[in-house]
Amino acid sequence: MTLWHKVCAAIAVGMALFVAGCGGSAGNGEVVLVTHDSFAIPKEVKAAFEAESGLKLTILQGGDAGETVNRALLTKGNPQGDVLFGIDNNLLSRGLAEGLFQPYASPALAGVDRRFLLDPTHQATPIDYGDVCLNVDRTWFAARGIPPPRTLDELTQHRYRNQLVVENPATSTPGLAFMLATIAHFGPIDWPDYWHRLRANGVLVVDGWEEAYTASFSGAAGSKGTRPIVVSYATSPAAEVIFAKTPPRSAPTATVAGSCFRQIELAGILNGAKNVKGARALIDFMLSERFQAAMPAGMFVLPVRKGTPLPDAFRRYAITPGRPLELPAATIGDNRDRWVDEWTRTVLR
Amino acid sequence: MDANRSSLRRAWLVGAVAVPTAFLALFFAYPLATILERGLTTGDGLALPPGTAGLLWFTFWQAAASTVLTLGVGLPLAWAIGRFRFHGRGLVRAFVLVPFVLPTVVVATAFLALLPEGYERGIPAILAAHVFFNVAVVTRIVGGAWATIDRTTSEAAAVLGASRWRRSREVTLPQLAPALSAASALTFLFCFTSFGVILILGGPTRSTLETEIYNQAARLYDLHAAAVLSLLQLGAVTLVLVVTSALESRLSGAESAADERDVLRRPSGLERPALAAVLAVAAVVLALPLLVLVGRSLGAWGTLFRETPALLVEPWQAAVYSISFAGVAALIALTIGGLAALALARRPPGALDGLVLLPLGASAVMLGFGFLIAFDEAPLDFRSAWWLVPVAQALVAAPFVVRIVAPALRSIDPRLREVAATLGAPPSRGWREIDLPLAGRAFAIAAGFAFAIALGEFGATVFIARSEQPTLPVAIFRFLGRPGAQNQGTAAALAVVLAGIAVVAALAAERAAEGRGRVL
Amino acid sequence: MLAVRDAQVVLEGHLALAGVDLDVSEGTVLAVLGPSGSGKSTLLRAIAGLQRLENGTIELDGRSLAGVPPHRRGIGLMFQDDALFPHRDVAANVGFGLRMQGMAPNAAATRVAELLALVGLSDRNRQAVASLSGGERKRVALARALAPSPRVLLLDEPLGALDRELHDRLLGELKRLFDATQQTAVYVTHDAAEAFALGSQVAVMRDGRIVQVATPGRLWAEPTDGWVARFIGLANVEQDGQTVTVTRPEGVTLRPDADGTAVLVSAERDGPLVTLRARRENGREIVAVYVGLAPPSPGTRVTVEVDPGAVIEVPTGR
Repeated sequence: MTLWHKVCAAIAVGMALFVAGCGGSAGNGEVVLVTHDSFAIPKEVKAAFEAESGLKLTILQGGDAGETVNRALLTKGNPQGDVLFGIDNNLLSRGLAEGLFQPYASPALAGVDRRFLLDPTHQATPIDYGDVCLNVDRTWFAARGIPPPRTLDELTQHRYRNQLVVENPATSTPGLAFMLATIAHFGPIDWPDYWHRLRANGVLVVDGWEEAYTASFSGAAGSKGTRPIVVSYATSPAAEVIFAKTPPRSAPTATVAGSCFRQIELAGILNGAKNVKGARALIDFMLSERFQAAMPAGMFVLPVRKGTPLPDAFRRYAITPGRPLELPAATIGDNRDRWVDEWTRTVLR
Repeated sequence: MDANRSSLRRAWLVGAVAVPTAFLALFFAYPLATILERGLTTGDGLALPPGTAGLLWFTFWQAAASTVLTLGVGLPLAWAIGRFRFHGRGLVRAFVLVPFVLPTVVVATAFLALLPEGYERGIPAILAAHVFFNVAVVTRIVGGAWATIDRTTSEAAAVLGASRWRRSREVTLPQLAPALSAASALTFLFCFTSFGVILILGGPTRSTLETEIYNQAARLYDLHAAAVLSLLQLGAVTLVLVVTSALESRLSGAESAADERDVLRRPSGLERPALAAVLAVAAVVLALPLLVLVGRSLGAWGTLFRETPALLVEPWQAAVYSISFAGVAALIALTIGGLAALALARRPPGALDGLVLLPLGASAVMLGFGFLIAFDEAPLDFRSAWWLVPVAQALVAAPFVVRIVAPALRSIDPRLREVAATLGAPPSRGWREIDLPLAGRAFAIAAGFAFAIALGEFGATVFIARSEQPTLPVAIFRFLGRPGAQNQGTAAALAVVLAGIAVVAALAAERAAEGRGRVL
Repeated sequence: MLAVRDAQVVLEGHLALAGVDLDVSEGTVLAVLGPSGSGKSTLLRAIAGLQRLENGTIELDGRSLAGVPPHRRGIGLMFQDDALFPHRDVAANVGFGLRMQGMAPNAAATRVAELLALVGLSDRNRQAVASLSGGERKRVALARALAPSPRVLLLDEPLGALDRELHDRLLGELKRLFDATQQTAVYVTHDAAEAFALGSQVAVMRDGRIVQVATPGRLWAEPTDGWVARFIGLANVEQDGQTVTVTRPEGVTLRPDADGTAVLVSAERDGPLVTLRARRENGREIVAVYVGLAPPSPGTRVTVEVDPGAVIEVPTGR
């Protein structure tokens, strides 16, 4: 198809849509996936699901993971779609407590590493995982002859003054994960003291990952940011390589190994789903090798299915920490709101 | 037969009132009421969340400060385009619209990159971005009014011995007062309900009502707090609108309506360097953030035609969807806003003129939430319908159409309509033959504005746009949210495309208006 | 043909028309004469259907116009300030009503040409109305109002605010045009000279009422009261208690006489006539007209001779 044909086709599709009027809600020929803005899969993978199942896959995105879950809570009972993808271990308790999902134990769970099975009632199915880690700008540190920090404790040293940018845990998923990392590392009593010291050492707090990483962090390509340490993902260095204008020989950024907190993303069939059968097929598909293998390049997360091949850049630049920091989902569920309040009082007020 | 005719005429007028009212009731009042009701029933009544007073105070004073600064930057530019004829005047008028339509995410990130270290966040950054966004409002409203002030009044004052300063204070200023008040009110309203700028440039410690509603609703899922704050914001906005429109109708007696072409002239003497200086400063202020975007987009243009995991379509197709949606939205806004203006123009200016802006006072998040739970069941089962996107955009654009078209309709001599009637034109025909062509200039400008606003709408669109039909702001947001230089470049390239479309649309409207102007 | 009965209109709480009765017969021009605020424009708007009647009826050819909207009445209207459509050229202005009637373009073009010829603007079809002179604008407005052949043409002070020379010329043209076309018309003015020149009947309005309807001759000869007499320009109106004595100037002779009881105050020429004013010994002024080339000069003593037939007595009208 030439470009001109595509333009014509797009206009024709647009026109047809306008004439078609009311786009109806999900019938039995359609399965609707509600998810967050970061969800991304190649067209062929979507097409493969549609061909295998005979269902049209409609994807509804809007907002980050937290907003997506809240939207699902808002429309509980008469959901916008059939499957919700993007609830993570930090938010899972909220979804389960509200009875957002209906149970489904996919046969494909057999291929999933057992440590990801957070919900014994199978209301939510793990799909991928990733680690929120401190990233450092290697070039910046090399130019100044300072060694980059290697642990959370080092961040309070004077030589790292005014170098760290973090996201607000009240408004950002990685921000929340990093706060939980400090709680997991320093314990439920001492962690506010650590943040006191971080504050004294000039930590910068911003609302979301976009601002933290693309605007404030000096290591992101094209960024005018001035801070060489940021809360981001373990896969971010790989992304800097994959999406660089000219591929560098080594990644310009790196992760701080001892700072990583495990995030597991799950999918669940919404209560009130119009197409439960289709929803089950979709969950099965999301655990299939085809989908699992496509996730790293699209979403910068790691597959939960054992033995899924990884892209080259991931094998070379994305560090999977051997022992990430973790907290039980139930503990997070019980304390999350209280911790966020305490964090806000300590760091922002 | 005669009775039929007269009831037909009445039906026409009833329609002019009923259609916009029904539209607002269905797509604004009903969803908003649904979500407010849901929120208010989950907590204890109207109890204000703690810290509301500080929130309200900050919201108010940052809006007031932004308005004053915007007037300071915008008025010289309004003077330039309202008094003088020079090469590229139309381009300047179109160009100031660009910041106005750019998604706040894009502008805010450009500002982050532009502002000196240590000032990227906080109040100076917020004020600077608000000025950048709203210069268009002051420049176009005040400049447009300036261009219709009859020169002879000032000349008459000069003959009567008034100095230059006294002339501007006692002759020009009173005639500009309605436009000044309208522009200030609109700017204040935009800054009062500003969202993206505060969210990004304010940092986590600076919150306004609008951002706090978003925080409470979308992030913390405290619908009760969100509902109470929404009511507070609606009340505050209503108050602002009533006060300013009362002020405006008190001032509006002083208006005059000369033809722009008789007013504009070439600058002479000291005016030349002054004009050059104003334009140069404006060029720097307006162009710098845009140049940052262009700079970032370099090398990323090829990615617009490549498949990407970030979108379900190739990035360039977002432009096609954006144009289609904004086109439909502009049509809806013109129809709804035009009818409302028609009904409104039958009475002298009053509080109602101001209150048409009320939809702008509602939080986009709450409206989006309202759509989700109000339109989920037959017969109102259309929360996933494609046309909800242009409808939501039209909701934001239609108030501007009313504000632009109603005064133009009011200024049409009613005797023209009466003559047309005695010559055999029924009211609907009279409207088509007289009002429509005579207000054509206003309609053309309103169409351009509506299209541009719909093009840049983000807050509500992101909630209801379907993933296979992303608009440019949605696509930009998605790319901004992904790491790597290429994604940032693609976002910048899309932002440049968006700015380009907005400039072309504004220029086209300008041309169309000019064509009409020649007939008038 | 046009009959107005007990027409009442309320504007902003007061009675703008307080029960008006009028008849206009086919092919005649009725001039409605009155000071500003007397309700004459309101009367026209009521006839055109632009103003709702509180009470009373308006009939055209024996059929009531109640509930008939303006565009279905077949009544034309011409405003003082012309109200030309600024976005249309001369021909499109004139042809507007024909287009509303659904006349075929060719036939309409012929009719437009005919009317432009009638008002003397034959070559101006495509001209923008903004570039027309004041007199040309009037002519276009008139042609536009006449084009759809209205049963009745209403003219609201069409010659107000024109310079004297243009005013007089257009007045003459209107007169010739009405005579030639036998157009039925209602002509509203505050200028008695215009009313007398154009109206076959003149209706005098005051405070929302018609106080007298008569031919110009009868009106001049027998004004119904002192107010009307003054308003139509009669001089020598003197009040004596409840009655008013009107002495027509043409019946007064001021003869130079050294023993005369009056002194000439002024002599002003207006065309062929000279208006003479003299102060009588009782202090009152009397006005006379003089025809000729040698009027007495101011300061001259004169005797006052009054033709008894020129004196009428009417009620005050206050």
